[in-house]
Amino acid sequence: MAEYQNIFTRVAIHGPAYPGVPLPRTAGWRAGKGWMSHLASRIGDAQVGPIYLGWTGIASILFGFAAFEIIGLNMWASVHWSILQFIRQLPWLALEPPPPSYGLHFPPLAQGGWWLIAGLCLTISVILWWVRTYRRARELQMGTHVAWAFASAIWLFLVLGFIRPLLMGSWGEAVPFGIFPHLDWTAAFSLRYGNLFYNPFHALSIAFLYGSTLIFAMHAGTIMSVTRFGGDREVEQIIDRGTASERAALFWRWTMGFNATMESIHRWAWWFAVLCPLVGGIGILLTGTVVDNWYLWAVKHHVAPMYPHAFPPVADPATLPGAQP
Amino acid sequence: MKRLHTHLVRLAAASACVLLASCEAPPMTSQQIGYRGVAMEQNYHPATYKATQAKNVPPPVIPSMGSSGPLAVNTYKNIKVLTDLTVPEMTRVMLAMTAWVAPADKSCGYCHAADMASDEIYQKVVARRMLQMVRNINSNWGGHVANNGVTCYTCHRGQQVPARVWYINPAEKELPLLGDRALQNSPAKSVGLTSLPYDPFPSFLLSGHDLKVAATTALPAGDRKSIKQAEWTYGLMMNISAGLGVNCTYCHNSRSFRDWDQSTPARARAWHAIRMVRQLNNDYLAPLASVFPPERLGPTGDTAKVNCGTCHQGVFKPMYGQGGGADYPELREKPKAVTAASSTAGRSGAGAP
Repeated sequence: MAEYQNIFTRVAIHGPAYPGVPLPRTAGWRAGKGWMSHLASRIGDAQVGPIYLGWTGIASILFGFAAFEIIGLNMWASVHWSILQFIRQLPWLALEPPPPSYGLHFPPLAQGGWWLIAGLCLTISVILWWVRTYRRARELQMGTHVAWAFASAIWLFLVLGFIRPLLMGSWGEAVPFGIFPHLDWTAAFSLRYGNLFYNPFHALSIAFLYGSTLIFAMHAGTIMSVTRFGGDREVEQIIDRGTASERAALFWRWTMGFNATMESIHRWAWWFAVLCPLVGGIGILLTGTVVDNWYLWAVKHHVAPMYPHAFPPVADPATLPGAQP
Repeated sequence: MKRLHTHLVRLAAASACVLLASCEAPPMTSQQIGYRGVAMEQNYHPATYKATQAKNVPPPVIPSMGSSGPLAVNTYKNIKVLTDLTVPEMTRVMLAMTAWVAPADKSCGYCHAADMASDEIYQKVVARRMLQMVRNINSNWGGHVANNGVTCYTCHRGQQVPARVWYINPAEKELPLLGDRALQNSPAKSVGLTSLPYDPFPSFLLSGHDLKVAATTALPAGDRKSIKQAEWTYGLMMNISAGLGVNCTYCHNSRSFRDWDQSTPARARAWHAIRMVRQLNNDYLAPLASVFPPERLGPTGDTAKVNCGTCHQGVFKPMYGQGGGADYPELREKPKAVTAASSTAGRSGAGAP
């Protein structure tokens, strides 16, 4: 007999689409009645739709599209409108923020003006989408956990592209829109500000990032392994602990002496995920504004150890007699 | 459904091939060069290294014919640079230059007209200036080339124009309304296929813009150097890295790139090199623009100029330290008996004159 599983299922559900719970207030207009997708059934619920966009969703998509177009058309123009070169060079192409000489003034369109407009559109789009996630959750009388987790990511996005450049007095401090260019920017940022490795908030952020993947793997692994005992009914098991819960808990106590509960594991996961961009944003915000060289800061506070010399001592040649700068 | 599966598998396989095509087949060789645990190591790919080795073999040394004999300046006409050489020394230099630079079918005639003393062929005028340049490097830039030094072959490698040279790019006529690249974000070999500023040479190897970008104090103290500036320095560093076939850690300790105390001795040699290259470009190469014919000039009418890779050709020491100027005392300014002690003392260590 075919067995229904969460993700690797060989059973595709077909049936009349479920329109959703009746809402206490009028929830606005939902497009379509929903249809069944076989491909969707292989990775999740077979039902697609009905879709609610509302004015926040529509405006968010419009602003997002505007940002996408401004970035994309600038990239395409930079290869002289060649489709072939656009595809070939896409990972290198970017829309750069203004040169630092413009400070916080509005530069000519070609020299970062487009970057500012694209950034504004993208920010409006992202914030509208946040409003949408918040309002949809309230509409369904849910908690707003998803919206606040999303807000944490928006915080990092705003620190990088808006708040920190504002504090530094230069849009040129912000990140370019581009695949390799934003990575090279990251490396240059670390070089300019003396090695982000020694930024404790950066370290925390990485701990939460890797911790998130660890918790994700542990939790998902645990639940899938007790699905045969009904463990996939996680929410029921929070209040009515069954054998799946007991076995999962016992497994972790045997393995590491401690177990999270069916409820607390989700708080662990949520906080790890939320803290990753939250503390990361703090680390970025402090860079250049409060600390100028993280390595020297770490030396000052006895965080960075000194290693034995492997070479004869090297002095700055500029300090030696007869040198030119 | 089955067909879709097959298509998906095929697509995945094709994508994997495309993605892997740009990778070097493992294993890489890595060599520890610093204290353990601080990632001071050099990475080489054995196959690439072998190919580079084969390309960087020095030519056989031209045998010396001794140094005794009359001064060339008294024997030949129009000797302006090699005034301190004897005739056998001078002959050796001429033979060497013919072997290293002149095309085989032209030999002496590549530079010399029927009247050997004539300056009518422009190559001779260039060669004379290049001899001055080589002798300057070998005599005054010990901070970079130590006692080894360079020859014409270090750059030329049998070619009339060395392989790795650069010209000034023409400035953008007018900023476009859309799509200004800000002089970066292009898959450029000059910066190791990164998206960093692809033309760092005029700023750093012609003009003497400051390369130092890292903050020098833990807390902000008015340093306004920008991230974009850091990208320019980074661009030149990528070029040096590719030019020498080394990683960042050949010179720097990556925990603090700016800290001299934790850098390798190679970084001090590179510091002198950057200043040496600036001098070569400004004093020797750029002024030759009026001598070269138009077809040898760049798009803005400038001469070919050098960067690190022009000599190094992908190797940490040109030709792995073989075949340098040490074999050719003629390519070094002979110390003038009277002034030697007073004027050049201590120069070889500090480097920049």
